[in-house]
Amino acid sequence: MDGKELEILQLIEENARISDETLAKMVDLTIEETRDIIKELEDQKVILGYSAVIDWTKINETETVTAMIDVKVTPKRGVGFDDVAERIYRFPEVRALYLMSGAYDLSVVIEGKTMQEVARFVSEKLSTLDSVLSTTTHFQLKKYKHDGVVFSDGEEDHRIVITP
Amino acid sequence: MRRFFDLASSMDNIISLGVGEPDFITPWAVREACISSLERGYTSYTANAGMLELRVEIAKYMKKQFQLSYDPKSEIIVTVGASEALDIALRAIVDPGDEVIVVEPTFVSYAPLVTLAGGKPVSVGTTVETNFRLMPEQLEKAITPKTKAIMLSFPNNPTGSTMTEDELRGIAKIVEEHDLLVLSDEIYAEMTYDHTHASIANLSGMRERTILISGFSKAFAMTGWRLGFVTAPSDITSAMLKIHQYTMMCASTMAQHAAIEALQSGMEDVKKMVQSYKQRRNYFVKSFDEIGLPCHVPGGAFYAFPSIKNTGLTSEQFAEQLLLSERVAVVPGHVFGSGGEGHIRCSYATSLDNLKEAVTRIERFMKSLK
Ligand SMILES: Cc1ncc(COP(=O)(O)O)c(C=O)c1O
Repeated sequence: MDGKELEILQLIEENARISDETLAKMVDLTIEETRDIIKELEDQKVILGYSAVIDWTKINETETVTAMIDVKVTPKRGVGFDDVAERIYRFPEVRALYLMSGAYDLSVVIEGKTMQEVARFVSEKLSTLDSVLSTTTHFQLKKYKHDGVVFSDGEEDHRIVITP
Repeated sequence: MRRFFDLASSMDNIISLGVGEPDFITPWAVREACISSLERGYTSYTANAGMLELRVEIAKYMKKQFQLSYDPKSEIIVTVGASEALDIALRAIVDPGDEVIVVEPTFVSYAPLVTLAGGKPVSVGTTVETNFRLMPEQLEKAITPKTKAIMLSFPNNPTGSTMTEDELRGIAKIVEEHDLLVLSDEIYAEMTYDHTHASIANLSGMRERTILISGFSKAFAMTGWRLGFVTAPSDITSAMLKIHQYTMMCASTMAQHAAIEALQSGMEDVKKMVQSYKQRRNYFVKSFDEIGLPCHVPGGAFYAFPSIKNTGLTSEQFAEQLLLSERVAVVPGHVFGSGGEGHIRCSYATSLDNLKEAVTRIERFMKSLK
């Protein structure tokens, strides 16, 4: 991958809505070249989608609860953890799923509208799976930083207006 | 500059392109090192020349980034900003009546500092035709029997201009022939975008006659910390140290602790900031060309210096009218000395959103002039 592709990826990761024109100027390419690179990266599934990072807590009616659930499972012969992982990640409530080393095996991130919804998911769907031995549910209380983005009001420019 | 500052400060909703400092905040690890230094109670003076540990780090940095070797014990002084380094260098080398060549347009302090040191500043103006580089013939012409030194600064504030090693070689030759000293202010060295930074001290015969000034303000986004350094042969640093030890004693201890952290772990942050400046430069300079303000491509620092000659206004009129009608603050070029008239300094050390808005407003201003 050459430097320009990396530069473009970094810039659109930070702001996916940046216009092709601005992006092209910043990386010193033509608009066509820039669009070609983006298209290529989309085709190669390097760019998987474009999304916004939204602080939903600022919008009252859309508040959600997020929980991280530590899951211990018995791996199955031949397929290890992949089989049970697939069963779990297919549930639409699951935002993320990781295989972990240490005290438990899978880390499941769940998002629901209410605590009850999450609780129901854990007790009815997750813990009833054959291979699941135990679950420990942690609710997130406040989001300070997510995906590299700090959830606070932006920093002010403290500089004086003209300096040498 | 003062008048502009007062005017601009009295207005709201200003987009400022007038700022000669990074828009980044000092990297967190560096701020954290300062807090920790306080927690551990490092609140006393350090050695006059600065903590040896810091000087060792500076020596490593100079070697790694610019292939320059300096002895941390005798050839490096930690100063209160590059500003203090400039002052003590001039006071150490200038005798009353000596002439010091100042290559303009340039940082506003140079000529006054020469005067304060008892010398006479001799201005040599560069122009956009040579991309604001100093031509050997220009230098040759300005030299008199009284010339003691020449002040150079590349990448340059306000033009963003840089000089390559080959281009500096012609200058070095004349400096050597006339047995001059060079004060080379390389505080923007990290912000060199299109070729590697060339230091004049690296050219043959130049190390022994170069006082190299740098610091943490720009590359590490540490302007408010007031920390810089100077490297030079020991006979020069020892003369400078005498002035430094009686006027400053030493640079701030917390800042020195922070600077050690900056050099040890801050280079990744520097790279990220430099990449961002480069992208903004590309965006900004192209946009200037599109709206009819011809702008040479600045190879370094974070300033664009477009020409406003075709508007028929002086740089002062342009800056003032732009401020009053569109609330964009820029610095008129003449304040940077000879060669600066007909240009405005626009810093791109500000967010992309601000740059976009500034371009829109300046374009509207340009149309209103027609
Ligand atoms: C060329 C140049 N030298 C020196 C300085 C001052 O640096 P410091 O903050 O380290 O005193 C500046 C600041 O704008 C500058 O542009």
